Amino acid sequence: MSDQTNTEWPLWEVFYQPKDGKPFEHAGSVHAPDSEMALQNARDTYARRNEGISLWVVPSDQIVASTPEDVGPFFDPANDKAYRHPQFYSVPRAVKKRK
Amino acid sequence: MDTQQQLDQFQERIDNGEKIEPKDWMPERYRKQLIRIMSQHAHSEIVGMLPEGNWITRAPSLKRKMVLLAKVQDEAGHGLYLYSATETLGIERRELVEGYIYGNAKYSSIFNYPTLTYADICVIGWLVDGAAIVNQTMLAKSSYGPYARANLRICKEESFHKKQGYEMLAKMMEGTEAQQKMAQDAVNRWWWPTLMMFGPNDSDSPNSAELIKWGVKSKTNDELRQHFVDRMVMEAEAINVELPDPDLTYNEETGHWEFGEIPWDEFWSVVKGDGPMNRERIKARQKAYESGEWVREAAMEYARKKKLRKEKAS
Repeated sequence: MSDQTNTEWPLWEVFYQPKDGKPFEHAGSVHAPDSEMALQNARDTYARRNEGISLWVVPSDQIVASTPEDVGPFFDPANDKAYRHPQFYSVPRAVKKRK
Repeated sequence: MDTQQQLDQFQERIDNGEKIEPKDWMPERYRKQLIRIMSQHAHSEIVGMLPEGNWITRAPSLKRKMVLLAKVQDEAGHGLYLYSATETLGIERRELVEGYIYGNAKYSSIFNYPTLTYADICVIGWLVDGAAIVNQTMLAKSSYGPYARANLRICKEESFHKKQGYEMLAKMMEGTEAQQKMAQDAVNRWWWPTLMMFGPNDSDSPNSAELIKWGVKSKTNDELRQHFVDRMVMEAEAINVELPDPDLTYNEETGHWEFGEIPWDEFWSVVKGDGPMNRERIKARQKAYESGEWVREAAMEYARKKKLRKEKAS
């Protein structure tokens, strides 16, 4: 068995753009020694059938994420602001009909 | 320690059909069970390259060679999606891989059978990938988000695998007498091991109830197996190949095909390591892993030097 413990290649998160004009989506991760190989591995792993027209790779330890424990207090400022949605406002009947 | 309140809340989320994501709270046993089944699934995809890879250099035509190469490459991809998903549970790739190469982590027993002729490649696509689709379609709805997403990706590719095998087998069944014999022989050898892929009968499957309760699975081994048999009987008929089970009978009442007793002794002996190819498969994986060590090291060193050079230049 190998006793080397330092040759596990770093982990990269992979994002891809499925089509022109579409936003990027998370695909999964790959291991690679550097960004160039991370891109190549991402292509071979997640885009063998033109699933993406563009790829991003980001070192996994550089991703900062919100935590599930804080999800309530973190997002609740948005809960009581119904006035941010168009349904909050009334429109004269005559205008509604002309839709 | 997981408290009862945490467990109840978790169960409520599962029952509501919510997906569990990597940073969410989960019972320690849910995490452990997921690591076990997801990594087994990943190892199976990787080991699964060996029986098929065996025939790449001897494919009957350039077209079949390209198809087989693409399929085997997909299997590597499937293994990588699954390792990537398993790593979200806080375990390292190295530990997973060494767990089956040097430890006793399992992979699907089906890959411990040899591929004796090219007809085996047809039958693996038709039966083995056909069975895998049944299983993975269910797993694409699994409660653990990363596992569900990996399976969804796999399912999209797996139907190509099954169709190319079925098409080739149909071609062989339309061929010369020798070709038909070769095709039938392969079906005879692979039918029962394929049925074993769904795992032991429900009465002998201690993990099933828990996995279903937690929404990792939604159907039992026997339900999946029945679904598969019903479909395969129809597909076998369509290409005039026989399924090697004299007990296959249609039950008008249930609408299902009843089948004979699965040779479970064989199943357990292969699981325990005594299948025809167990030792060879592990040896091949060890060799690949160990011979690749210097490449992994060299690539790391190259990346380090490149970075240093770049830093110096700026």
